[in-house]
Amino acid sequence: MTQILLALVIGGAFGAVLDRIGASNPNVIWDMLTFRMLGLMKTILLGIGVAAILIFTGQMVGLVDVGHMSIKTAYWGVLFGGLMLGFGWALSGFCPGTGICAAAAGRKDAVFYILGGLAGAGAYILSHDWFQAAGLLDPILGGKSTIGTIAGRDFPALLPNVPGDIAGVLLGLAFVAIAFALPQHPRGGGRAVATPAE
Amino acid sequence: MSLDWKWGGLALGFVFFTALMLVKPVGVSTQFVVADGIIANALVDGVIYQTEAGQWTSDNAYLAQSARRVADPINYDFLFVLAMALGAGLSAWLRGGIGASERQMPAIWRANYGAGAWKRYGVAFAGGFIVLFAARLADGCTSGHMMSGMSQAAVSGFIFAAGVFATAIPTALLLYTKEA
Repeated sequence: MTQILLALVIGGAFGAVLDRIGASNPNVIWDMLTFRMLGLMKTILLGIGVAAILIFTGQMVGLVDVGHMSIKTAYWGVLFGGLMLGFGWALSGFCPGTGICAAAAGRKDAVFYILGGLAGAGAYILSHDWFQAAGLLDPILGGKSTIGTIAGRDFPALLPNVPGDIAGVLLGLAFVAIAFALPQHPRGGGRAVATPAE
Repeated sequence: MSLDWKWGGLALGFVFFTALMLVKPVGVSTQFVVADGIIANALVDGVIYQTEAGQWTSDNAYLAQSARRVADPINYDFLFVLAMALGAGLSAWLRGGIGASERQMPAIWRANYGAGAWKRYGVAFAGGFIVLFAARLADGCTSGHMMSGMSQAAVSGFIFAAGVFATAIPTALLLYTKEA
């Protein structure tokens, strides 16, 4: 019951934030990827940085249970999947989460995106064994690896001598610094209004 | 008009942190597999089934990993995604909606490729197919790999993000030259 309540509250907040930062608006995505407006990039970098700082300082002071961390395995398919996803994202303007949010906000094209997504996930369900046999899913760089060594978990570390929480906070600070350093309009001037037709 | 990046970034960071602190990191794309399983199981009997020990499984090895979730969709991960849709819909409605023209298609699409609806719908379908196939191959999407992954200092998150932007930027620069 608690889990269900948490799913509703956190999920709902996540959807509302994605809508308000413009992540589910393809115009904002295309303006970002063509360097016309980097507001969303600054938002995402700051979001990752703030989350990293809170997660790792939370671990230092005992507020965050390291058991809640979930590190995904590194393998070649992560890179190939990323390359492919980047193409599909730029083409359509939607990610899996933002496509769903966009449909909920009333975008008709996002409904077709979701249908395509269901078909694409289905195609992967049928071809997973092939990718596995081809070795594309075999772990690289230690598999479930993190930058530093995280106490209390046995994740392999890229830099074994560096404490994971300190590495995490420094990483977070770096993301925040990049978020502040990036210009809003790298191509100069730009439009005064952030998003068309809203 | 999007939220100022400082407030937006703080809000986004707090949501990711809260999710990890109270439950687990945010993720979305696995639920497309669960939804597929629910649809397939409704159309064809026995796509998922229970072993003698009572465990849910499937003859498809990949779907078997999500069989339990397909059998009982009232779980955290699936409801999280449904709630995300509700939250986004409510938020859009509260700020007055996105307007009839945007509901049809995005302004930048129209500026570059005209107002033909089916062309946009076809490309959106193709994009969805590519993105979700890719997200399952990579075992995560923008939420799970890029945001949850990099904020936990996961090496896989950085590999994924490098791949995404290496194709996303040139693709957008080639396809969407005209501003709205």
